[in-house]
Amino acid sequence: MTTTTDASAPATTAGTTTWTMAKALNKGMEAALAADDRVLLMGEDIGPLGGVFRVTEGLSARFGENRVLDTPLAESGIVGTAIGLAMRGYRPVCEIQFDGFIYPAFDQITSQLAKITARHEGSARFPVVIRVPYGGHIGAVEHHQESPEAYFAHTPGLRLVSPSTPNDAYWMIQQAIASDDPVMFFEPKSRYWPKGEVDLTTPAVPLHTSRVVRGGTDATLVGHGAMVSVLLQAAEVAQREGTSLEVVDLRSLSPIDYGPLLKSVEKTGRLIVAQEAPGFASLGSEIAATVAERAFFALQAPVLRVSGFDAPFPPAKLESVYLPDADRVLDAVDRALDY
Amino acid sequence: MAESADDAVSVQMISPEGRFEPNPAAEEFLPYVERLDEELLRRFYRDMVLARRVDTEAGHLQRQGQLALWPPLLGQEAAQVGSGHATRPQDTIFPAYREHAVAMIRGVDPVDIIRTMRGLTHGGWIPAEHGNFHLYTLVIGSQTLHATGYAMGIGLDAVRQDDPEKDEAVLVYFGDGATSQGDTNEALIWAASYQTPQVFFLQNNHWAISVPVSRQSRTPLVRRAAGFGLRATRVDGNDVLASYAVSAKQLDDARAGRGPGFIEAMTYRLGAHTTSDDPTRYRGADELAAWEARDPILRYRHHLEAQALADAAYFAEVEQEAADLAADLRARTLALGPPSLDVLFDNVYAEEHPVPREQKRWLQEYEAGFGEAR
Repeated sequence: MTTTTDASAPATTAGTTTWTMAKALNKGMEAALAADDRVLLMGEDIGPLGGVFRVTEGLSARFGENRVLDTPLAESGIVGTAIGLAMRGYRPVCEIQFDGFIYPAFDQITSQLAKITARHEGSARFPVVIRVPYGGHIGAVEHHQESPEAYFAHTPGLRLVSPSTPNDAYWMIQQAIASDDPVMFFEPKSRYWPKGEVDLTTPAVPLHTSRVVRGGTDATLVGHGAMVSVLLQAAEVAQREGTSLEVVDLRSLSPIDYGPLLKSVEKTGRLIVAQEAPGFASLGSEIAATVAERAFFALQAPVLRVSGFDAPFPPAKLESVYLPDADRVLDAVDRALDY
Repeated sequence: MAESADDAVSVQMISPEGRFEPNPAAEEFLPYVERLDEELLRRFYRDMVLARRVDTEAGHLQRQGQLALWPPLLGQEAAQVGSGHATRPQDTIFPAYREHAVAMIRGVDPVDIIRTMRGLTHGGWIPAEHGNFHLYTLVIGSQTLHATGYAMGIGLDAVRQDDPEKDEAVLVYFGDGATSQGDTNEALIWAASYQTPQVFFLQNNHWAISVPVSRQSRTPLVRRAAGFGLRATRVDGNDVLASYAVSAKQLDDARAGRGPGFIEAMTYRLGAHTTSDDPTRYRGADELAAWEARDPILRYRHHLEAQALADAAYFAEVEQEAADLAADLRARTLALGPPSLDVLFDNVYAEEHPVPREQKRWLQEYEAGFGEAR
């Protein structure tokens, strides 16, 4: 994997730097574009503008309009032509501008891209990445704050990942582009701007691994994307109150790496799954069911889900009520501990 | 009075009676007919007959319970054989699901189409090894975007390697119903925007299952292309020479970098949409009879006879070849075994994935648990 250095970023120590997630994604894609001229970026406003979140800033200037394609405004067209480009040997990285705009591409993603490897019976590979800025916390208008990952996790043939830190974003986007399978790359847009340390030298852990990001003994919290920072905040508050919470960052939503999670539950006996998406038929539901199947005798309380409400994502002035925060997570922790 | 979807002139070389009478619209395409040698002229006839015979046999096999479904091409042989022969080996073809004649021209074994309709596979053949003829796509219009993306890739490749000898084009098939789909319209927009080397080949067979083309469009579909910025030609799709010539010119233009083209081939689905359909419920016998009188194979046979390009012995030879092909297809269909359970799991992902791996192992153990009793 090619790494890059950025002269404009102050290196904190040799081989590490401090970037926002947006910058880390940008640098990860820059490295992928530089390493393989079959890698293409395509999407709406990703060229001279650099994307509405500026994640592709500067890439069209460096690589040209034949590598960074500003497309017509139609999501099905973006994904459908990406499939054709993959048939030609390219490795397209599509940007869907916002979570709520992905549905016009639903057929091309779920009926075409997801099934096309199987339909070709091993004779062709479809390395298409679909980047989706997702989730709330940014006070935006309708269709700009949703968490649609469960629709796609339900579909065999797709891989889904979501980084929670700049370091993971930098490495995971490169791993997703290197994958020969379709990968949906969910970017927690509320985490685009906080800075974090990025290690440019250490080989990343494999793409589809979950990870314990805080050790604890009394209960396990698991989530992905922006929810991880909420869980860490909850664990910090609980620590002050004498409760030790372990936090698992899911990172990969499909497949789910259950190893670290089950090991954690074996230790703590309690599990709270948190997510921004509505809870009904969600990733949290899947995790709760699987942990109940595989770690039943380790559990001292039912697995509890903390989710967005089963209502459309609300107007922004209500999002703080809708989205699970540390208090809602700790309420679930209390219920699990009291069980 | 509002115009209807039928109001436009079609390029025609051969009259419905079989006389070689190019109409004024055909003039610019005549050189493409004049360059055809006698062998290829006869081959057009043979390929139409073989395709129809395969189609008929597959219909019989479905009726006898051997196939889940068959979408017949009956009536559309000239549109398909003409356009199929206009492609070059390096071209890439994206079919819908009724292009059996094109499939055969590009080297797909019809038994592989049968396998998809028998419930043995969702694929059937390896496109790269079968004339770059891609897999059938059942979600209407979806393949137009794949074709356009592929053609974008040809354009991007050319940036690095400019060798006229390797010029390629993409030919994508779709029907009148598909023109109402968003994907088809998006594909036309993309193609115009990126000036892709491709030709959109619309087989207007007048019916989208039970819905007439008048429900899809109040204007001739060929005229829509201008709105997208594509060259467009309407052709008599029951005239194999016209279908060939128009397709060959459009593909030449596409390969030469003159941007994407659009062909509306006026034809007619003489049979049902599929074997699950009953056209007597929605269309009249008069309409059917009028189109049966324009049968593309009979028309072309009259032409070959009038031009003394083929004799009775040739026609008999083709009939025998068709009968042999059908018998062989039937025998090989009946000999097809069940699919392996591996089909369920082995290519869901290209790279290692724990879920199909574990579920495959579970199913094998579960099946083994029945021992000899199963």
